[in-house]
Amino acid sequence: MSSVMIEFDRMRKTFGGHVVLESIDLTIPQGEVAVVVGPSGSGKSTLLRCINGLEKISGGDLRVDGVSVLGPERDMRRIRLEAGMVFQQFNLFPHLTAIQNVMFGPIRARNQSKAEARDIAITLLEKVGLSHRMDHYPSQLSGGQQQRVAIARSLAVQPKIMLFDEPTSALDPELRQEVLRVMQTVAQEGMTMIVVTHEMGFAERVGSRLIFMDAGRVVHDGKPADVLANPPSDRMRDFLSHVH
Amino acid sequence: MNLDWTAAVAALPYLLQGLQLTVVIALVGLAGGVIVGILAGVGLAYGGRSARVVAQLYVAVIRGTPIVVQVMFVYFALPILLGIRIGATEAGIVTIVVNSGAYNAEIIRGALQSVPRGLPEAALSMGLPFRRVLAFVIAPVAYRHALPAMGNQVVNVVKDTSIFLVIGVGELTRRGQEIMAENFRAVEIWTTVAALYLILITVLAYSLRLYERKVRLP
Repeated sequence: MSSVMIEFDRMRKTFGGHVVLESIDLTIPQGEVAVVVGPSGSGKSTLLRCINGLEKISGGDLRVDGVSVLGPERDMRRIRLEAGMVFQQFNLFPHLTAIQNVMFGPIRARNQSKAEARDIAITLLEKVGLSHRMDHYPSQLSGGQQQRVAIARSLAVQPKIMLFDEPTSALDPELRQEVLRVMQTVAQEGMTMIVVTHEMGFAERVGSRLIFMDAGRVVHDGKPADVLANPPSDRMRDFLSHVH
Repeated sequence: MNLDWTAAVAALPYLLQGLQLTVVIALVGLAGGVIVGILAGVGLAYGGRSARVVAQLYVAVIRGTPIVVQVMFVYFALPILLGIRIGATEAGIVTIVVNSGAYNAEIIRGALQSVPRGLPEAALSMGLPFRRVLAFVIAPVAYRHALPAMGNQVVNVVKDTSIFLVIGVGELTRRGQEIMAENFRAVEIWTTVAALYLILITVLAYSLRLYERKVRLP
C-alpha cells in the first residue's frame, strides 16, 4: 500500500488567454519515478512548476502530500519543503561554494544548525561524488558537477518528492551520464520523482511510469517499456523518432 | 604674476577643518543615502502598486530638480512648512541623503533586476519566504552588480557637498571662498582646495576599487 504523494484534479493552467495545461488528472503514488516526455511547448515544465508553486494554477486543484497548492502561503511553503526542484540551468547560488550551496536549505529553510547542515552537506556531496570539490564556487565547476551539487542542494532539505526539470538538457552529452547516474541512485533509494527529460534511456532504465504530453494534455500514461516498445499513437511515434 | 604659496600654507589648517566637515557630511550622507536607496530600490523592484508609485515619484522629483534648489528648499522652505528650525549642516546632510538616495534607488533597482530569475526560484522552491530569498540570495548577488555604479555615487556625493556653500555650511569650498575674500589669493587657494578634493576622492575611489576586487566572485 503506497500513499498518494501528488494528485492533479482537473487542473488547468493558462497564461493570459493561452491554455497551457488542460484539465490534468494524474495521481503519483509514493515511490513512483514518473518520467514526463513530450514536444517542447507541451506543458511538461509548467506541470512541474505548478507542483511547487513556481506557477499558480488557474483551475481545478493540485494536492501535494495532502496539501492543496490553493491554500495560504504557509501551506505553499510546506509543500516546497517537501518537493525539491532541480532546474535545467542548475541555478546554483554563485556567491556560495559548493558546500555552502548544499548547506543553504538546511540552514535557511529548515532552520538547522550550521554543524548539522555541514554534516548533511558532506554526506550528500560524497553521495554525488563531489566531496573533493566542496570548496569550489559554481563557476569553477563543470556543468555536470554543478548539476550534481544542485541535486545535493535539493536533497539537503530532505524532501519527500524530487522534481527534475530537464536536468541534462543544458549539458554536453558526455556530461549527462554522471548526472543521470546520481538521479538513478536517488530513485533506487525510494524517492518519489517526476522527471521531465528527453533521455529515453533513463525513462526505460529507471522510470516506473512514462507520461507522454502533447498540447497541454496527458496523451499516454503507462509502463515505460510498453509505451516505448509500442508507441500507442502516431504522434508519439513521431516524437520518439526525433529524440532518439 | 607673483604667487605667494605661504598664503596657502597659512590657510591650510582652516581648510582642513572644512575638509573634515566635508568628509563628515559625505559619510553620513552616503550611509543615509544607501539606506534610503535600498528602501526605494526594493520598492521599485518588488513593491506593490502604491509603494512603486511613491518610489517612482520620489526618484522623479529628485532627479528632475537641481541639488542647489533642493538644499535651498530644505533650509529655507521646509522650516516654514513644518514649523521647525534646522541648522545649515543638518540641512546639508538631509539634502545629500535624500538626493543620493534617489540615484541609489535606481542603481539598486537595476542591480536587483539583473539577478537571474532562476536564483530566487531555486531558493523559493526550497520553502524560503521571499524576505529570506531577498536577504540571502538576491541581495548578495545584486550588491556585487551595484558596486561599480555605487563607486561613482561616492565620488558624486563628495563633490555635491561643495554646493552647500550656498547656505553657509562651513565645508571645504565655503572656507576656500572665505579666505579668498580676505587675501584675494585666488590661484593659491583654489589650487589647494582642488588638490584637497582630488586627494580625498582618489583615496576613496581607490579603496572602493580594492574592495570591489576583494568581493568579486571567482
